[in-house]
Amino acid sequence: MSLRIFIPRDAAAVAVGADETALALQRAAAKRNAAIEVVRTGSRGLYWLEPMVEVATSKGRVAFGPVGEADAASVLDAMLADGPHALRQGLTEEIPWLKRQSRLTFARCGIIDPRSVEDYRAHDGYKGLERALTLTPDAILADVAASGLRGRGGAGFPTGIKWKTVAQTSADQKYVICNADEGDSGTFADRMIMEGDPFVMIEGMTIAAIAVGATKGYVYIRSEYPHAIEAMNAAIAAARHAGYLGPRICDSKHSFDLEVRVGAGAYVCGEETSLLESLEGRRGIVRAKPPLPAHKGLFGRPSVINNVLSFAAIPFILAGGVKAYADFGMGRSRGTMPIQLAGNIKRGGLFETAFGVTLGELVDDIGGGTLTGRPVRAVQVGGPLGAYFPRALFDTPFDYEAFAARDGLIGHGGIVVFDDTVDMSKQARFAMEFCAIESCGKCTPCRIGAIRGVETIDKILAGERVAENLAVVEDLCNTMKFGSLCALGGFTPYPVMSALNHFREDFGPTPKRLQAAE
Amino acid sequence: MPVYEPWNEARGAEIIAEYSHMEGATLVILHALQEAFGHVPQAAVPMVASALNLSRAEVHGVVTFYHDFRQKPAGKHVLKLCRAEACQAAGGDAVATRAEAKLGVKIGNTTADERVTLEPIYCLGLCATAPSAMLDGRVVGRLDESRIDALIAEAQR
Repeated sequence: MSLRIFIPRDAAAVAVGADETALALQRAAAKRNAAIEVVRTGSRGLYWLEPMVEVATSKGRVAFGPVGEADAASVLDAMLADGPHALRQGLTEEIPWLKRQSRLTFARCGIIDPRSVEDYRAHDGYKGLERALTLTPDAILADVAASGLRGRGGAGFPTGIKWKTVAQTSADQKYVICNADEGDSGTFADRMIMEGDPFVMIEGMTIAAIAVGATKGYVYIRSEYPHAIEAMNAAIAAARHAGYLGPRICDSKHSFDLEVRVGAGAYVCGEETSLLESLEGRRGIVRAKPPLPAHKGLFGRPSVINNVLSFAAIPFILAGGVKAYADFGMGRSRGTMPIQLAGNIKRGGLFETAFGVTLGELVDDIGGGTLTGRPVRAVQVGGPLGAYFPRALFDTPFDYEAFAARDGLIGHGGIVVFDDTVDMSKQARFAMEFCAIESCGKCTPCRIGAIRGVETIDKILAGERVAENLAVVEDLCNTMKFGSLCALGGFTPYPVMSALNHFREDFGPTPKRLQAAE
Repeated sequence: MPVYEPWNEARGAEIIAEYSHMEGATLVILHALQEAFGHVPQAAVPMVASALNLSRAEVHGVVTFYHDFRQKPAGKHVLKLCRAEACQAAGGDAVATRAEAKLGVKIGNTTADERVTLEPIYCLGLCATAPSAMLDGRVVGRLDESRIDALIAEAQR
């Protein structure tokens, strides 16, 4: 009997040598005349162990990692003999970091072959769609609303309400659009799903289409994700071949088909109205709201636009998991959140858990602190538009409202860890610079405010009229926050002001005027 | 190393015709043109405009809005360094400084021998194996001095 070996084809695993490891294992097997079958999966999300190689045993999959090219032969020997090895991590499911998670959305990621509909079905795939096909659209909408699911892209808008609005708007054509323009630094959950379990997203989008009466869907993927683009295209073709996409899906009266569209390096296209412009073939200039995309979206038609993780959460909910899903979480943040631990961190990766876990638990306990071993000084939560939190705020629970109450946001769930060598004035300057580079240019606060912000922070760093210039930055931030059309200009003040408020010492000596005011 | 065709009007027209029936085809066509020719040739802009019933200004606007589209060819190899926060936190600044010094160009430029174009990229989604880079479409993570040196040597070959 041949040995079944699993190696991720996930981009981050490939970036640290998974392809070379796979080849080395094949070579080693040929040399030993050992029959092995290599299955390329997604990643389990334990990135410090990548390339992580697993082998199927009678007790379950056993993991080895990180397995470099040079380790492949000895690891294969250990697999064949079921013997010890320095890189042996034991049964994958028993690795504490994985065991303490609640994987609903990521239940299959890293386990199944992301190109095989059969494998997806063998792991409870398409159960949600099967049930949805027996329900009325209203019943589907009721399930989604009852689950408490809120948009996982960052804004946290209730998914059920969004879908209902589209369902209630009549039109000759409606669209379901997946926002896979995951541009936030420190986030990679969308990429992992597309590369590791693309069918769950296709299933979620199909359920959305049935609920709102749409027949056409687009997945807008950023060009920085070539592996995800390839994986999605392959999965869509496979789903179409198996009758899960196209005319009369699963012999029902519903038709729905999907197409991948590729972005072109504009961060702002992750904003939904800018994404619509881009899909229509134009510059990604933000639209003023109203009208909402749910009323007038793509080509002026009612459109559901959700993030990858929102769609990926749907199949579990529709497969009878409404209550189970809603039972996770705290307050108005229901369900689980795939949290991404990144940057200077010892154990980085994908940690899906119920809302409510504290920032400190995530960074110190689960993440293990910094990779450099130096003290954690700051973490940025929620991408380039998220606030920097100091250790003093590590008791903040991971919850939309709790972060908002402390002038932060959870965004798409990315946490970037910095050690004590970070210069927070540089990070504040970068936030403004990034906004200036990526601004679509439509509204003045963002287009000009960001450039003035960079200039003013430069003056502060040069020691030029520090107190006055700090007041200018604060004033600029207020103008951007309240005067910008979208979150790019509107949220750039979060990293800037949090750096200023929590790490004032990095911006030169405390100005006299402010001392007097205290 | 990617190999591109020299600009050819008939081939350009063929590419445009292949996609012009799609909804909102502009970006799809521009990507296809760049894939074939390595950049979006100026001569193609009025052709795209005419095929999609747009003005030349509108197509020019799209080409110049998006960071991906090039108006002239890049160097033989393109090395993109992730410059976003997660990579900054993991030592990305030092990697970028080293790459600039080794290649003798600042990020955003092409070496004098036109072998390597060094560009910033804002997030490859490899944030738990940072710092990261992409050489001609191939991703590389956990960059340190020796790994970035090896990448640059490969690009300069």
